[in-house]
Amino acid sequence: MTASRKAGGFATSTPTGVPPASRALRGTPVGDATRGPASARRIWGLMYRHLTLYRRSWPRLVDLAYWPILQMTIWGFTSRYFAQRVGSDVTVTVGVLLGGVLLWETVLRSHLGFAATFLEEVWSRNLGHIFISPLRPWEMLAALVAMSIIRTACGVLPAAVLAGLLYHFNILSVGPVLALFMLNLMIMGWWIALACTSLILSQGGGAEALVWSLAAGLAPFAAVYYPVAAMPHWLQPFVLALPAAHVFEGLRAAIGHGIIRWDHLAWAAGLNALWTAASLLLFWKQFQASRRNGALMNIGE
Amino acid sequence: MVSAPQPAIHVESLTKRYRETLAVNDVSFTVRRGETVGLLGGNGAGKTTTIAMLLGLLMPTSGRIVVLGHDMAKDRFAALAQMNFSSPYVALPQKLTVVENLRVYAHLYNVRHAERRIRQLADELELQNLLDRPAGRLSAGQKTRVALAKSLINRPELLLLDDPTSSLDPDTGDWVRTWLEHYRAESGCTVLLASHNMAEVERLCSHVLMMKAGRIVDRGTPDELLARYNRVDLEEVFLDIARDRQAEIA
Repeated sequence: MTASRKAGGFATSTPTGVPPASRALRGTPVGDATRGPASARRIWGLMYRHLTLYRRSWPRLVDLAYWPILQMTIWGFTSRYFAQRVGSDVTVTVGVLLGGVLLWETVLRSHLGFAATFLEEVWSRNLGHIFISPLRPWEMLAALVAMSIIRTACGVLPAAVLAGLLYHFNILSVGPVLALFMLNLMIMGWWIALACTSLILSQGGGAEALVWSLAAGLAPFAAVYYPVAAMPHWLQPFVLALPAAHVFEGLRAAIGHGIIRWDHLAWAAGLNALWTAASLLLFWKQFQASRRNGALMNIGE
Repeated sequence: MVSAPQPAIHVESLTKRYRETLAVNDVSFTVRRGETVGLLGGNGAGKTTTIAMLLGLLMPTSGRIVVLGHDMAKDRFAALAQMNFSSPYVALPQKLTVVENLRVYAHLYNVRHAERRIRQLADELELQNLLDRPAGRLSAGQKTRVALAKSLINRPELLLLDDPTSSLDPDTGDWVRTWLEHYRAESGCTVLLASHNMAEVERLCSHVLMMKAGRIVDRGTPDELLARYNRVDLEEVFLDIARDRQAEIA
């Protein structure tokens, strides 16, 4: 505090930084909030808020890559051991399993990257501040998607490098179609996260446990490590409703037989479009409900 | 003929119902541009709910809100860009430093020359030495000044303040009130102030809205209210209203 304040009395306690008239409302102009670049600026504002957290905290950075690396290590040794025991083609077996691990981590990381970023706002009770700013809901979702892409890259790339170093598995050997596989899986992670975000808006932080486990819980039904045909007949229609099942069928075809299954890719894209539309509708309805019931004001634990 | 400027806030028959609870009941009021208006009432009177509806955070059950000429039901983002809010009850992200927090909100409000604006606010609110400190490690008085800086980052035409000096010692509280007086006079912005501090309201506000059980039960300038209730300060007026002594006075 300044000495003038401590002196007390009105005249002497006048704050030293009283705004001069010339600098008040008539000063530096505030940008037009309705223009395109303004949207990009707001999206960057929310990204900056989250990126700053990572810049200052190495445990947060380590956490991004920890699980993908751990999964890669376990599955790498396991797949090599089994391939040697049963006498199958080690390269194909290891490739299918490690490709599965890497691509499934893409779903998990993109889901967590989106949902955990939103949860961060819930934990810091910052949603009120965000939603009284001119940030549109779609801009918030765009920022969450951008953060998810960054977090997924930080999680999956080190695991992919490890797969190359330890097991001589190069995920890029799948070819350019890998980009389409990964895009579909990331979109799947986003719509699951969007549904989780709606659940948080509805139930508060109490739904947090589901956020962590929902995507992981889909792993047995996503045909990650085994083909859809290995599952019971009655379960297969449900499994094929998940875009991931089609992507992993496509991955096995690419690694095992060197062919690209465009039919599976088309199914994955179509299903993603449907699920994304459903999740967006759910989010919009829940967001409006939160504005009606006051949840945005006090959402927390 | 020159038409009168749009009021800063125009509220018509505003009602908010949560199932059986009527939080705000048929409230109407207008705040002219450049005024500082106090929104008074006991706990649960409906002040925070009213402010939340003005901010677009809460949808009214019925009624209409027009802020700075924008209908909040149809065009709330245009209004939100020109207004801001400060409350000691809503903390900024604790792990971000003061300057990082201000940068975030400068981006969200699309403030041009953000660094210059942040330096300006830091000078005016004496935050220079706090800029690199995490928001979670500030004292109550420092947090209040940072919250004020956040609420002024976009040079709002309408500033909503919820109990801005609660939890502050008298010295710091006086400093904040003096600063607000000067800021309002210099900037010409409109201020809606919800407060439990009657001396603060008497000092800062040109008009007062008294709320009780979700309704506006009285309104006027501080002097009009003091004369109507035959009291020497607003605290006594507040108690008269809170304890239903209006009928006896009338």
